[in-house]
Amino acid sequence: MQKHVIDPKSVPGWGIDADPENDPTYPMKPNRTDIEQAGYSWERPTQQPIDVEVLHSNERPNVSSVFGTASPPMGLSGMIRRWAFRWSENEYNHWLPLILADRVNVVEGVLEDIAHGKFPNIWKEKGYNASWKHDRTSLILRLATFTAVTGGLILWLSSGDDKKKAKRAKHYRGAYYDYDE
Amino acid sequence: MLAMDYRGPKRVRVTQKPMPEIKHPEDAIVRVTRSCICGSDLHLYNGNVPDTRVGTTFGHEFIGEIVEVGSEVTKVKVGDMVIVPFNIACGRCSFCQQGLFGNCHESNPMATAVGGIFGYSHTAGGFHGGQAEYVRVPYANVGPTVIPPGMDPDDAVLLTDVVPTGYQAAEMAGIQPGDTVVVFGAGPVGIMAARCAWLFGAGRVIVLDHVDYRLEFVKNYAPAEAYNFKTDMQDPVLFIKKQTDWLGADCVIDAVGAEATGDVMQTITGRKTLLQAGSATAVHWAINSVKKGGIVSIVGVYGPTDNLVPIGNVLNKGLTIRANQASVKRLLPRLIEHVKNGVIRPKELITHRIPLEEIADGYRLFSDKLDNCIKPVLTMPSSR
Repeated sequence: MQKHVIDPKSVPGWGIDADPENDPTYPMKPNRTDIEQAGYSWERPTQQPIDVEVLHSNERPNVSSVFGTASPPMGLSGMIRRWAFRWSENEYNHWLPLILADRVNVVEGVLEDIAHGKFPNIWKEKGYNASWKHDRTSLILRLATFTAVTGGLILWLSSGDDKKKAKRAKHYRGAYYDYDE
Repeated sequence: MLAMDYRGPKRVRVTQKPMPEIKHPEDAIVRVTRSCICGSDLHLYNGNVPDTRVGTTFGHEFIGEIVEVGSEVTKVKVGDMVIVPFNIACGRCSFCQQGLFGNCHESNPMATAVGGIFGYSHTAGGFHGGQAEYVRVPYANVGPTVIPPGMDPDDAVLLTDVVPTGYQAAEMAGIQPGDTVVVFGAGPVGIMAARCAWLFGAGRVIVLDHVDYRLEFVKNYAPAEAYNFKTDMQDPVLFIKKQTDWLGADCVIDAVGAEATGDVMQTITGRKTLLQAGSATAVHWAINSVKKGGIVSIVGVYGPTDNLVPIGNVLNKGLTIRANQASVKRLLPRLIEHVKNGVIRPKELITHRIPLEEIADGYRLFSDKLDNCIKPVLTMPSSR
């Protein structure tokens, strides 16, 4: 039930200018009943048996009467999701970990595929057949850019390693030499 | 059964999944005969909706045949061909009682801000969707509506979302006879919003997008004045001001949502780095191009966190912002009449028919707007 700190009806003049027609949400509430003023009091539908783990928002006291059973929380992503659901929908602590969990879940999905002896067909899953048919130039350009950037990055990192190794080797040589002296 | 299977951003495939089961006495199992890919599915596809779990089946626009019902289902029976609204509604909570079937409180435990939606992440209830051969449909006494005799299935499948959402966009815009209505976005919903704006008495309908073939389509279909905001103007807001005698449009509809393009800062923060809940370009333009005291109607979908919008201008201009997921169940009787009478012709939006088995190509085609795609419909093995 809605709690009134002050009884509205005790306030002088309460409701004297009330105009039900002056409802900016009209016609989105065509059957305005004011039932919501009675709070969470409606007769709830039968509860679906909760036979999988359901993470429910802490902005509600219960699990809704029905819910989806797709992909219950599992693994590392599930742990992150459980932590996220400790926070309300008002908090970044709720949503940002869920986005992180989604990304972790993608890696888990690939590992799961491999564990089942199936390597994901990235070309097919990304729908590149359609791009090849209708937008070949753009696809080639995108893949070439990706290859160039990735290749360049790998080369740069590996050359950096060589330089570091050479520098380190020179340093140790120098130290040994100094020690010898 | 065959079903779409989300594997990560821009990665989907079709796999064999277990048949859905009755989990609640008011459930029904529907054999899907037509299903669509929706523009809002692209938010999921691109990985922009939090709690989109690998292994989920998308799809909230579908029709089909009821093949099994729970013990408390009385309004539909096995063998009925039904339109299934995209939102899952109990019909009993205070929100459903008021006709807010898109805001049901008994269909989604994971979030209170949104009701349950088929195949739309765990943020919308964790339900598998209809891009599959079979799907579990909760509250079968409330949502599913028997397809009227003689109605083309292609028309029926678009009554699950596209038509009601476009219609409600126009309805929420509070259009008065003679009003100038601007619609941002010429996707299927924007096209339908432009068409429906006339039904409410609009005096002028202007649509802005950046995809020429869609602008050409809406120009003829709605009909509407259609402009490319990338090639026909420098600044869409200034353009609308000039078009409306410098005052702004009476009503502006955002039919784009989180995937909007047109503003580099919004694109980087909203789509590339997810620092905000999608790119708010369209709603930003809507607020700035509507007249003082005007109405902005939002049906474009955004994520649950925050967006950068000029809220100060909302105050200073005295705007009314109205937004919601379409209350499909409430609108269906009226819209079925419109379709029957030929006032709205939904199936003309359909440009592609894609076998369920090739769904990855379908998503790519729709997402990248290839081959002049406006609305792709998935065909099921059993319906071919």
